[in-house]
Amino acid sequence: MGGLQKKKFERGSATNYITRNKARKKLQLSLPDFRRLCILKGIYPHEPKHKKKVNKGSTAARTFYLLKDIRFLLHEPIVAKFRDYKVFVRKLKRAYGKTEWSAVERLKENKPTYKLDHIIKERYPTFIDALRDIDDALCMCFLFSTFARTGKCHVQTIQLCRRLTVEWMNFVIASRALRKVFISIKGIYYQAEVMGQLITWLVPYQFAHDHPTDVDYRVMATFTEMYTTLLGFVNFRLYHSLNLVYPPKLDSKAETELKEKDEADYAMNSESYLEKLSALSASLARVVSTAEEEEAEVDQFPADGEDMENMEAREKEQKQQEAQKKLFEGLKFFLNREVPRESLAFLIRCFGGEVSWDKSVCIGSTYEVTDETITHQIVDRPNIDKQYINRYYIQPQWAYDCVNAKILLPVEDYFLGVTLPPHLSPFVEEKDGDYVPPEKLKIMALQRGEKPAQEQEDEEVEDEEGEDEEGEEEEDDDNEEDEEEEAEEKTLKKMEEQRSQGKSLQVKVTPGKVKVENPARLEQEEKAEEKRLAIMMMKKKEKYLYDKIMFGKKRKVREANKLAAKRKAHDDAEKSKKKKTRK
Amino acid sequence: MEESSSGDMRSIEPSKESTKVRRKSVKKRSQEEPEEPEEQEEQEEQEEIFDFNKKPAEEEEEDEDLSDSEDSVYSGLEDSGSESEDEEDGEEEEEGSDDDDDDGEDLKTGTEQTQQIEEQQEAGARKENQEDEYERDSSDEEDIRNTVGNIPMEWYKDFPHIGYDLDGKKIYKPIRNKDELDDFLDKMENPEYWRTVHDKKTGSDIVLSDEQVELVNRLQKGQFGDVNFNEYQPQVEFFSSDLMLHPVTNRPADKRSFIPSLVEKEKVSKLVHAIKMGWIKPRRQEDDSRGRYYDLWASEDSSILARHRMHLPAPKTPLPGHHESYNPPPEYLFTDEERALWEQQDPSDRKFPFVPRAFSSLRQVPAFPRFIHERFERCLDLYLCPRQRKMRVNVNPEDLIPKLPKPKDLQPFPTTQSLVYRGHSGLVRSISVSPSGQWLASGSDDGSVRFWEVRTSRCMKTVQVGGAVKSVAWNPNPSVCLLAAALDSVVLILSPSLADRQVVSSSERLLSGQQEPSEEAGPVTWTDAEGEELNQGIRLKIQHPKGVQQVAWHAKGDYLASVMPDHSSHLQVLIHQVSRRRSQNPFRKNKGLVQSVAFHPIRPYFFLATQRSVRIYNLVKQEMTKKLQANSKWISSMAVHPGGDHVICGSYDCRLSWFDLDLSTKPYKMLRHHKKAVRGVAYHRLYPLFASASDDGSVIVCHGTVYNDLLQNPLLVPVKVLRGHLITHDLGVLDVTFHPTQPWIFSSGADATIRLFT
Repeated sequence: MGGLQKKKFERGSATNYITRNKARKKLQLSLPDFRRLCILKGIYPHEPKHKKKVNKGSTAARTFYLLKDIRFLLHEPIVAKFRDYKVFVRKLKRAYGKTEWSAVERLKENKPTYKLDHIIKERYPTFIDALRDIDDALCMCFLFSTFARTGKCHVQTIQLCRRLTVEWMNFVIASRALRKVFISIKGIYYQAEVMGQLITWLVPYQFAHDHPTDVDYRVMATFTEMYTTLLGFVNFRLYHSLNLVYPPKLDSKAETELKEKDEADYAMNSESYLEKLSALSASLARVVSTAEEEEAEVDQFPADGEDMENMEAREKEQKQQEAQKKLFEGLKFFLNREVPRESLAFLIRCFGGEVSWDKSVCIGSTYEVTDETITHQIVDRPNIDKQYINRYYIQPQWAYDCVNAKILLPVEDYFLGVTLPPHLSPFVEEKDGDYVPPEKLKIMALQRGEKPAQEQEDEEVEDEEGEDEEGEEEEDDDNEEDEEEEAEEKTLKKMEEQRSQGKSLQVKVTPGKVKVENPARLEQEEKAEEKRLAIMMMKKKEKYLYDKIMFGKKRKVREANKLAAKRKAHDDAEKSKKKKTRK
Repeated sequence: MEESSSGDMRSIEPSKESTKVRRKSVKKRSQEEPEEPEEQEEQEEQEEIFDFNKKPAEEEEEDEDLSDSEDSVYSGLEDSGSESEDEEDGEEEEEGSDDDDDDGEDLKTGTEQTQQIEEQQEAGARKENQEDEYERDSSDEEDIRNTVGNIPMEWYKDFPHIGYDLDGKKIYKPIRNKDELDDFLDKMENPEYWRTVHDKKTGSDIVLSDEQVELVNRLQKGQFGDVNFNEYQPQVEFFSSDLMLHPVTNRPADKRSFIPSLVEKEKVSKLVHAIKMGWIKPRRQEDDSRGRYYDLWASEDSSILARHRMHLPAPKTPLPGHHESYNPPPEYLFTDEERALWEQQDPSDRKFPFVPRAFSSLRQVPAFPRFIHERFERCLDLYLCPRQRKMRVNVNPEDLIPKLPKPKDLQPFPTTQSLVYRGHSGLVRSISVSPSGQWLASGSDDGSVRFWEVRTSRCMKTVQVGGAVKSVAWNPNPSVCLLAAALDSVVLILSPSLADRQVVSSSERLLSGQQEPSEEAGPVTWTDAEGEELNQGIRLKIQHPKGVQQVAWHAKGDYLASVMPDHSSHLQVLIHQVSRRRSQNPFRKNKGLVQSVAFHPIRPYFFLATQRSVRIYNLVKQEMTKKLQANSKWISSMAVHPGGDHVICGSYDCRLSWFDLDLSTKPYKMLRHHKKAVRGVAYHRLYPLFASASDDGSVIVCHGTVYNDLLQNPLLVPVKVLRGHLITHDLGVLDVTFHPTQPWIFSSGADATIRLFT
C-alpha cells in the first residue's frame, strides 16, 4: 500500500496543454503582444483529443496551446523587444507630457525595432517549407499593395508590399512558371508552379477599397510584417536560382529602350524604376549573361512495365507544359486602355508574348497602336472605330481561356460584341460521375485536336441530342421490361384480391408467354441482393460510416443531376427563344 | 607711427575729449600739405562719403581689431606698405571726422548723428559751406557744434531756437518764412527742388550734389557707397589649415594649453556615467535592414526542432470552382428559389459565401465588397483556430461490407413464394405444421381453426371454435395426431383425424385413457367436448381462469404449457399433462409479464420469456439455471434450437437476439434486420436455418450453422428476404414456422393468408 497518492490532472494530456490566459501570464505579455507574438512565431491553439481530460473535467470552451509551444516562446528575443517598445512608449508619453522636445527627439531616434529573419528561418527550416506556405503571404501582399496610402497602414508597408509583389511577378515571368489563371468575382486567381510547388494567389481588382469597420487592421498588419519578410527572402532566393540580379534590375537593353521616353514627367526618379519594373514589359538583368537558358535534356533511364508507362506519361506532360510555356510566343498584343493592364501584361509575358499599351496608361510601353506587326488587340468595349485589317480584335477573356486550355482557342467566339462563352474554373478537376459543363467538353475536344467548324457543331449538337434520345430509348427498353413484369404482377395481384374477396375467378386460359431470362440481369440482381444482405450484417459502427459515405456519394450524384437538369432547362429555353425569333 | 595708428582706432569711439587733440594733428597735416588743395578736396569728399557709409561697419571691425590688436602687434607680418596705407586711411578718416566737426562748428549744431541719412544731409550742408571752412578756421576754439544733444528735434518745433550754447544763449533757427504757396512756387520753378532736402536739425534746406544723389541711389540699391570699393578682395588668412614654418604669433603658449581642462573633464565624465547607466544610448545608426534580404537558407540544416514534429500546417484555402467565375455557365447561377434560400440561411450554413453572378464583359466586374473581410477571416483562422490532426477516412465503402459466404453456397433455403393458403377472413395469428409435414393448422381471429394440406393448399377441415384463436400447436409426437388451440381462456385439444387410423386411434386413446383428475385442483377444469363439437374433432376443453395467449407442447407430446400473461399474479404459466388430465402451476412468484414459453427439446428444461429476459428452469431440480438478458425492450417471441443450446428472441423493438447458452447470458449477436417489430421467430428442425417475421411484411431467412466444437461461434448469414404479405392495419407477418423436413417456410399474415415459400 505504499506510494504517493495519484492525483487527477497531474499527468497525461492535462500536462501537455495550457490555456491561453495562463500562457499569457507565463510570458508576462499583454493580450495584443501575445497575439502579435503568436502570429509572428506561428503558434496556434491545439484542439486536445479529450477536452474534458485536459480541461480538468470541465467542458467549458477554452483555447488550449501546447505547453511546449509556450515554453518555446519564453526564449524568444522578440519578447524582450516588445517590452522595450512598451518602455519606449511610456517614456515618449512622458516626454511629450513634459514638453521636453529634445528628449522626444532623442527617444524617437532610438525607437526600438526588431528583425524577423531568425523567426522566418526557424519557422521554415528549408526553402521548400517556405514556398509551401507562400500562398497566404502573396494574397496578403497583393491586397496591401492595392491599399491607398491613407492611414490604414504605414506607407512604407504599402510600398514594400508593392515592391515585393512586383518582384514576384517579374520572377514568375522570368521563370515562366504560371500555369493557371481564373477570373472570379472576387479577383483574379493565379496559379504558378515554382520548384514543384503549386502556389495560388488572389489579386483583387484595381479599385479603391471600401474599408470595413469590423476588421482589426493591427492583426493584418502584423501578418503583413511577417509575410513581407518571408516574401523578400523567398524572392531573393528565387532570383538567385535563376541567376537574376536581386534587387531586380532591368536588362541593359531594355533599360536603354525605355530611357528614350520622357520619363521625368511621369514620376520621380526614385519611383520611376519601380514603375518600370511593375510595367512588366522588360526582361530582367542576369548575373551571368547567358543568351537563353539551355534546356537540359532529360536523361532517359531504362525502365520497364509500369515505370515505363509512368515515364511516358510524365514525358508527355512535360512536353505539354513546354508547349504551354510558349503559348503566346510570336504573338504581339496591344492592350486598349480599358482592359486591366497589369494582369494581362503579366499573363502574356508569362507565356512569351510581346505586349504593349497606350503610352498614357503606363510607363514602359514598347510599341504604338499603329504598329503593323501587332497580331491581337485586346479590347473590352462593344465596338471600335478605327480597325486595322491585319489584327484580331478580341476580348480579354480569350487570353485567360487560352492559358487554361493550354492551346490557342479559336478567336471567333471572343470577337468584339460577341456574347462570350462561359469562363470556367481551371481548378476543378472532374472525376467520373461529376457534372462536366458542356463548354469544358468542347474545350477538351479541342485539346484532343478535333476541330469542329461552326456548322458542324450545330449538327453535332443535334446528333448528340439524337444519341441522347437513343440512350433514352435503351433505357425505355429496360423500362418496358420492367413494366411488363409490373403488369404481370398487377394482374396477379388483382386476381389475388378477387380471390381474397371470395369472388369466383373468371376461368380463362391465356396463351403463355415465354419469359426470356436475361442471365446478366439475373446475375446482377443476385449480386445486388447479396450485397444488401451483407450490408444487413454490418456492425453498427461500420454501418454508420458506410451510410455516411454512401450519403455523400448520393448527394454528389444528386447535385450533378440537378446541374444537368438546370442546364437542360436553360438550353431548351434558349432554343425555343431562338425558334420564336426565327419564326 | 604705431602709436598714432592705435590712436586712430580709438578715435572712432565717440569721445569728445580727444577731439581737440585730433583736430590739432589735422591742422598740422593740413598745414603740411597745402600744395594741392583742389585735388585733396575731391579726394576728401570721396573719402568722407565712404566714411559715412562705412562707419558702423568699421566700428565692429575695429572692435575686433582691438581684441586681437596685441596679436597683430606681435605678428610681424605687417609690411611697411600696408602700414602706410593703413596710416593714410587713418589720416583720411581723421580728416573726415575733422570735417564733421567743422561743419558742426559752422552751423552751430553740435550733435553727432547716428542716422546715416542725416549725416549725409549734414555732409551736404557742410559741402555747401565748404568755402567758409577755412575762413572760420580762426575760431576753432569755439564749440561750434549743435550742443542740444541727441534729442528729438520736435521738442523745439514750436520755438524759434533749437537749443542753447555753452553760455546758455539760445541758438536760433535760421529764419524761414516760406508758406505753402512759396513751397509750391519753389517746386514749380526751382529745377533743383527735387534734390533739395530739409535738414531738421538745423532747419535749413540743402541741395544735394550729383555725387550725393549718386550715393543715395547706390545705397538705395543696397550697394556700397564707394564706387571703387571691392567687396571681394582676396582674403589673407592668418590661421590656415596649412602647416607653416613659423608660428603666427611669437607668444609663448599658456600653461593651460598643456594641462587637461577640468571643466571638460567634468562634462565628459558626466556623459560617460550616463552612458554607463544606460540613461543615454549612443545614437543608433540608421539600419534599413527591413527590406534588405539575403540568402536565408544558404546553409540548410536539416535539424528539425521538436516543435516541427507537432506542427500542423494550416490547410490551404480551397480553390474556387465554376461558381465563382465572373462569367459562369448558366447552370451555376442561382435560380430564384435558390437565391431566396441563400438569403434565408445563416451565413455559416451557406454553401457559398457569395452569390454567383454573371457579367457579360470583364470591364463590368465590380470590386468584391467582402475581400478584406475574407482575408481577415483567413488571418483569424491562421492564428486563432485550434488545429487538430484528423485522419481522413479514406475507406472504400465496399471494404466495409463484411465478407460472408455466398447465399448460393448455403442452399437449401426457401427462395420463392410457391403457395398461398386462402380461406381465413381474419388475421391468422398462429400456424403449426404436423410432425409428418403433411398438414398445416392455422388459427385465426375469425374464430376458426383450419387444417390445410400443405402440398395442395386445400383446406381439409374447418373447425369453428367461436372465438379468436390466439395460438395453435401441433403435438410434436408423430405417433399421435393432436392439436392444441388457445382461444379466450380455453385451451382446446383437437383430434383432426387427418392421419392413419392407427395414429388417430392412439391419440384417441391418449385422450380417453386417462384417469379422472382429482377434484381438488383449483384453477383449471378439464371437460370433454360433446355433441357438435365432438363431431368437429374437439376432444377436450381446458378452462383457464384467464385469457390464454400461447400454448406449447413438450417434445414427448404429453405435457402442454399455456401462458396467461398477467402483471400482478404468479399464476401465469400452467403445465398440463394431457394423459392424466392434470394441471399445475410451476411458479410461486411473479417474475414479470410472461411473453412466451418453450420446452427444451431434449432435456428437462423450461424456457420462459418475460419482457426483458429469458429464464431457464430445470424442471427436475425445480430451480432456475440461467437468466438471459435480451438487451431489448419487449420480447415478442422465442424459439429454441433443436440442439437445445441456442435460443433466439424476437422483440418489438425490431431486434433479433441470438443466445449461445454455452457462451454467455448476453446475446451472442443482435440482428437488426427488420424495420418494424419482430412478431415471430422459428428454427428449422433439420436444416441450419432460422427465420424471423416482422410487421414490415417481410420474413428474413438466415443461415445459422451451429458447430459442435465449443470454440467456434455460430455462423449467422442472412440468406433471403421473403416478401409477399400485405400490410394491413400496420400489421404484417404474424407467425412463421418451418416445414419439419423440407426447407420450406410458412408464414401467416394480417392479410388473412398463409404463404408457403420453397
